[in-house]
This record gives sequence, structure tokens and C-alpha cells, in this order.
Amino acid sequence: MDIQTLTYIIVGITFALYIGIAIWAKAGTTDDFYVAGHHVPPLANGMATAADWMSAASFISMAGLISFMGRDGAQYLMGWTGGYVLLALLLAPYLRKFGQFTVPDFVGDRYYSNAARTVAVICALFVSFTYVAGQMRGVGIVFSRFLEVDITMGVLIGMSIVFFYAVLGGMKGITYTQVAQYCVLIFAFMVPAIFISILMTGNPVPQLGFGSTLADGSGTYLLDKLNGLSTELGFGQYTDGRKSTIDMFCIVAALMVGTAGLPHVIVRFFTVPKVRDARLSAGYALILIAILYTTAPAVASFARLNLIDTVSNAEYQSTPDWFKNWEAIDLIAWRDKNNDGKIQYVAGNAFVGSPQFTDGRGPSGERLLANADGGSANELYIDQDIMVLANPEIADLPNWVVALVVAGGLAAALSTAAGLLLVISTSVAHDLFKKMLLPDITDRQELMFARMAVAIAVLIAGYFGINPPGFVAQVVAFAFGLAASTFFPVILMGIFYKRMNKEGAIAGMVTGLIFTAAYIIYFKFIDPAANTAENWWLGVSPEGAGTIGMVLNFVVAYAVSRVTSPPPQDVQDMIERIRVPRG
Amino acid sequence: MNDRRGYWKENVNLVLKLLLVWFIASYGMGILLVDFLNEFRLFGFPFGFWMAQQGSIYIFVALIFIYVVKMNRIDKKYDVEEDESHIPIEDMNREDINKSGGA
Repeated sequence: MDIQTLTYIIVGITFALYIGIAIWAKAGTTDDFYVAGHHVPPLANGMATAADWMSAASFISMAGLISFMGRDGAQYLMGWTGGYVLLALLLAPYLRKFGQFTVPDFVGDRYYSNAARTVAVICALFVSFTYVAGQMRGVGIVFSRFLEVDITMGVLIGMSIVFFYAVLGGMKGITYTQVAQYCVLIFAFMVPAIFISILMTGNPVPQLGFGSTLADGSGTYLLDKLNGLSTELGFGQYTDGRKSTIDMFCIVAALMVGTAGLPHVIVRFFTVPKVRDARLSAGYALILIAILYTTAPAVASFARLNLIDTVSNAEYQSTPDWFKNWEAIDLIAWRDKNNDGKIQYVAGNAFVGSPQFTDGRGPSGERLLANADGGSANELYIDQDIMVLANPEIADLPNWVVALVVAGGLAAALSTAAGLLLVISTSVAHDLFKKMLLPDITDRQELMFARMAVAIAVLIAGYFGINPPGFVAQVVAFAFGLAASTFFPVILMGIFYKRMNKEGAIAGMVTGLIFTAAYIIYFKFIDPAANTAENWWLGVSPEGAGTIGMVLNFVVAYAVSRVTSPPPQDVQDMIERIRVPRG
Repeated sequence: MNDRRGYWKENVNLVLKLLLVWFIASYGMGILLVDFLNEFRLFGFPFGFWMAQQGSIYIFVALIFIYVVKMNRIDKKYDVEEDESHIPIEDMNREDINKSGGA
């Protein structure tokens, strides 16, 4: 069977499964809708957290990014796993004991202030919408390449599936769908990785495979060969870093702390029955995430080596089908600068910016480009996002594996989108309406508001998916930076520093927010030309700005709290209560 | 109830120790010392590269499970662990959970 038919079948089966679960797990109360009634067993919560967390970025983009970044790609690997240690040790058990529905709930109650709650709601909404837009781009790419429907149609299909189970089941429906989605996505990620690992090194465990010798009998270690080829082509050693140490340090810290401060991750720990379950399910979540995160760097080096082997100095006309398929949807481009009909792939930009194709065809049949020359001998442009999706084809794996990867990519994007949409709806229905604007509504009315809020959020997210704002990639740094510089410090101090008061927390949050936002906006939007290491403050890139914002937040909050009055007695009693599992 | 201060102190001590390991594994070996560690090899991996892309993640996982086990022990020692060892999933109508959200 051809790839497309197989893809339709496998994607169809998984979608039917998600809908079935949604019908089974309908939510009856706001408790069900917001936190699945606090009844989710730790292992199921671990799986749901893992699927919630691993987005289109983890599944589709990350291995590709690492593939092109080499060792520096570790920023994502450490940054997006190390945060779970912070979450498990510093936040999850106490927030579970606190026992409400949302992060703004905690901020509002702990700091006895609706102003603090409002700042938290705004941050939660901003972070979540930023993130959802990224997921929708992922869904669009997958649909347009593999199902040959246009992006609009693809996004509409994806949105209606999410709409169905999020509106009907709320957190309960989402949780159990995410459990299924975790299984789909991890299977889909591992199968091609294992295949490729066996093909290239003879070792079925990818984590060991990329430290093994090649299967071609040469006795050379895979990474040594990759280092050799990379150096030869001018990219530098794959296992060496290119970023400065301080920048790496700040980026990793911002991603870790941001992870621990993301509302859609935190809220997952409100769903388990007990404090000890919150600790345990953070452990399960990280193991399940680590399966993908330790495989991704292996996939990255396999893909890099395969790619160089396949395209470097290959004749364009004899390149495999996948090369032309990706070229057809603008994600690969080749300009034959020396007119030899062969692909020269070396360091440097092939041309300026992303490809602007003209209608014409070159002498070898390649699509012609209107871009200005990039001033290097490199002739090839490859969008980093395609590496995972193209990998099974590059390695010439069977068609069903390709179809499986498509289903996995969709599972990753949809599960994360659903988790985020729920945070958005909870923020609106619970934090904004129930807690501030309309405190008198009944549970049933609040549930209706929550459902309407999800429905509207789905529509907005769908709009962004069809008309993706050009700045999606840039604002991801924003989401983590904001979570790191606002939520994490106030929650942490709220638990561990009893003297922290309303004034300190608000001053800290506002400082962190303003600093981080200003830093990122300046370098990403106002003056992108100045976004180079010489101009960065202390050599820290905008991606790492959240770390400085976080430090400022801590310092300002502490200083302000020292000169203002301590929190009232009932708040201090509450802190005593959340510090112990019982009582 | 009787020795909350002691409980909290042990808790914070444990967390600080684990976070020290967390810091050394990731920031220490994966970032600050990575080039130095790359002089050594672990099979086909330069060791610093392996710590940055693999080792640190395994250590993170281990840290959380050590924390879970030790915290459960400390809970027991200070007699603050939650009442039942397990709440059956079918038990959907437990009043304290539904009313107060579990607190």
C-alpha cells in the first residue's frame, strides 16, 4: 500500500480512539472538568503529563534542531527535563496539598490579592496562547505533507477532534485521551529510531547505538565519523559546542525553570488523589519523557550522518523522492551555484532568508529561487522541522513506519493543544468569572462557562493555525521566559518563605515580567539586527533572558517584603498546612 | 503535628542535597566542565557530550525517585503521611475530597 493510504488508515484509527475515550470520560462537575475529580492514578497522570508536555516541538522539531546544533542541542534536552526535578521537589507536592484548581488560584489565595491573581491570569493566558499557536503549525505541516489536504482543512480536522473531547470531557476527557496519545507518540518515535539504530550500528537501543561503531564493518565509531564529515564540510565538530558557556547556562536555566512554571504542566499535579501521588507521578512523567528525550539525540546524529551521506555531492536528478517532495512544499531548496548538477552541502547560508520560489525550473529540474545569495559555497537549504518526519524516508524504512510517525506527530501536537486549551478555559471561567467577576454563579453555570471558553479558545487557536503569525518561533522563548520570571519565583517563595507578602510578590512578578518582556521584545522585534552576542547584556541571548528576570524577581520580592508588613495570620497558617501531607 | 519544624527541616535538607547533585550533573558536568570532560571517552562518546545529551537526564530521573522514597520515609517518621495507603478509584464520592478539593 502506498504511504498516503496507510497514513489515512493509521491516523483514522487513532482519531477514532480519541473520540471513543472522550465519550467514555464525559465530565459531570467542575471538579471533573478542571482536575478530573482529583481521581487520576499516578501512572496515568505520569503518562498524561508526558503527552501534555511533549508537544509538536519535542516530537517533530527537537531532534532536527539538535541535528543541526550538535552538542548545543543539549540545551533542550537538559532544559526540558531538568525542570521536572524542580517541579517534583519544590512545587508539585505542595500545590497538590493546597488543592485548588489553577495556578492563579494559588497566587491569588497565597498573596491574598486579586491584583496578584490578575497578573497570574494574564501570564497564564499569554503563555498558553503562544504555545497553542506553535502546536497548530505542527498539525498544519503534517497534514499538508502527508495527507495532501491543504493546511486549512488539516487544521480544521485537528481542531474539531480537540473540540470534541475537550468540550465534552474537560480535564477528565483530556487526561485519558492523553494517556492514549502518549502510547501512540512514544511508539511512533521509538520504532523508526530502533530501525535506524539497527541499520546503522547493529545496536537495537538507540541510546547505545549512537555511541557504537558503524555496522559497515569499518570499526569506526559513529560519532567519530560524524565529527570527521562535519569538520570536512566546515560545520565544525558535532560533539563540540558553539555557544558561550554563560549563554548556555542561562538558556538551560530559563528552560528548566520555565518548565517548572508552565501552568499546563503544574495543573496536571492537581489531578492526583494525594500528595505522595503528586511526587510519584512527577517521577513517572519524567521517566516517560526521558524515553523520548534520550532517544532524540541519537536520532539527531543518525539523521545528520544519513543526510550528509545522502545529499553531499549527490546529483540532484538522482536524489530520492523525499527530497523532491519536501522541495515541493517549500521546506527544502537547492540552488546550483556552480552549475554542476550536484548538491554542494557545506557550512554557511545558501541564500538570504527562507526560500522564495519562482515558477521556473532550473536545468536539473530544481525549483528556482528569488532570494539574494548567501555569500557561501553552500547550495542547500533544509528546514530543521522536517528531520524527524523525513528520517524514516531518508533511511528508506517501510511505508507503515512513515505513516506511524505521522500519527505520532499529530498525537503530540493534539495532546499538548488540549492541555493548553484547558488552562485557557479554566483561567477564564474559574479565575476570571467565578473568582472575580461573577462569584455567585452555580457549579453548573460555571461548567457551562468553562465549556464555552474551551470552544472559543479552540476557534482562536484554529485561526492561528490557519493564519500562523510569523513570530511563532520567536515567542516560544517568550513563553518560557515569562513562566520562569513570573510564576516560578512567586510559587516557590509562597511555599518556602513564609514572610513573603503581597507587596513583595506583586513587585517581583511585575519586575520579572517587564524585564524579560522588554529584553525579548527589543532583540526580537524592535531591533532584530542588534540580536548578536556583542550587544547582549552579560552575553545572554533573549532565549536566556528569563533566567535574569527570575533572579531580579527574587531580589526585588525579597527586598520589598522586608520593608512591608508580613502576611496575615490565616495565610501563614495556610502555608503551615500545605507544607505537610496530612492535617 | 507535634514536630512540624523538625519535619520541615529534614525535608528542606533532603531537597537541598538532591538539588546539589542536580546542579553538578547538568550545569556542572553538562555545561561548565563539558570541554574538559570531552577529553575522556565513554565507549564512542566524548564524556562531556554524553553527560550533556544523556547522562544528566538519567540522573534527573534517579533524583526524583530517591526523593519519593526518602520523603515517604520522612512522612512516616513524623507521622504526617496521608491516612490510607490507597484511595480506590471507584470511590468517587468521598466527601472530603469533593468538598474541599482534597485539602
